[in-house]
Amino acid sequence: MKVAITSSGTNLQSNVDPRFGRCPYYIIYDTESGSFKAIENKSSLAGGGAGIQAAQNISDMKVEALITGNVGPNAFRVLSAASIKIYSGATGNIKDAIEKFKKGEYKQTIGPDVGSHFGMGR
Amino acid sequence: MIISVASGKGGTGKTTVAVNLALSLNNVQLLDCDVEEPNCHIFIKPIFKNKNTVFIPIPQVDQTKCDGCGYCQEVCAYNAIAVINKEVLIFPELCHGCGSCAYFCPHDAIKEENEEIGVVEIGRKGEIQFIHGKLNIGKMTAPPIIRAVKKYINKKKTVIIDVPPGTSCPVITAIKDTDFVILVTEPTPFGLNDLSLAVEVVRKLGIPFGVIINRSDLGNKKIDEYCTSEHIPILMRIPFSKKIAEIYSRGDSIVEVLPEYREKFQRLFTKIKQGKN
Repeated sequence: MKVAITSSGTNLQSNVDPRFGRCPYYIIYDTESGSFKAIENKSSLAGGGAGIQAAQNISDMKVEALITGNVGPNAFRVLSAASIKIYSGATGNIKDAIEKFKKGEYKQTIGPDVGSHFGMGR
Repeated sequence: MIISVASGKGGTGKTTVAVNLALSLNNVQLLDCDVEEPNCHIFIKPIFKNKNTVFIPIPQVDQTKCDGCGYCQEVCAYNAIAVINKEVLIFPELCHGCGSCAYFCPHDAIKEENEEIGVVEIGRKGEIQFIHGKLNIGKMTAPPIIRAVKKYINKKKTVIIDVPPGTSCPVITAIKDTDFVILVTEPTPFGLNDLSLAVEVVRKLGIPFGVIINRSDLGNKKIDEYCTSEHIPILMRIPFSKKIAEIYSRGDSIVEVLPEYREKFQRLFTKIKQGKN
């Protein structure tokens, strides 16, 4: 299964970025092979609709689960349509977040946990 | 001649300048393009004669024609469309009504339906023709209303435009195609910071501009130093005055209570015209 983790950097020591739509990178982690790659988030500087665009992008990458800090309402609608499971409230570095995810320590999120524009720092 | 009054920072005195300049000149049109919170009418007290509704076209997908190709999502510049598992998701609150999705849809599967986003009101006060726009509560796209207000521009008149604060799309829509921009600022760190952002925008658009310093005897001299080093003309200074604050608080105009200001605003207009020609 492919898992996307919102990341402040490009490796497993980077921290989980709390923002879904406006994080700088996604770590795409493959739970079967244990391999990963870092993808730049092209919508991090979008004028608007960053969460929608980001959800579209990770859906196009056939990601099945998302680990992040928070998800807003628009991104939530797209992720739900794509049947991507959302695990929010993650903190710390990417490696620890993956371990916690594998151990089943994150609960699946069933609704948006922040309002629109959370990731814009307002 | 079309003069727009902008600022970067809010609350520096755009409306004060726009209203008093309009009241000091002949054959004037005053357009309040701050459609999220128009307030020129409080000072002008116009009688409105006409009201027009402003719509934007919002896409609707005909599921029988859509094959989920995703082209609409690709062409949407505002991220208002997602296509997941061949299903089109539309986010109307992000749509600017540009029409690209419907235009480019290869299957003619997108129809547009008009959605009301606000109104334009047209009125008069004495010799001044007054037009303003009002964006409906909960709507996010000001530019279509600003464009609807600017359609009423009569180039035979002197047109004064009160611009929204900031440096984003509504500001650019309001100052575009005007002949001169007055940037109103105040001698504070925020005033200077936002002035410099506004200057970048106006320079990019290539419109001649100058600065008015409001509450000019407060704060420091940094605005003066900035304008000197950037070769920006300071067109006028309005002092920090309890009298002016009182006039403003009552909803009156400075030039009607303090007639000496009428001449100051007329001189401002002459300076702008000379600089322009």
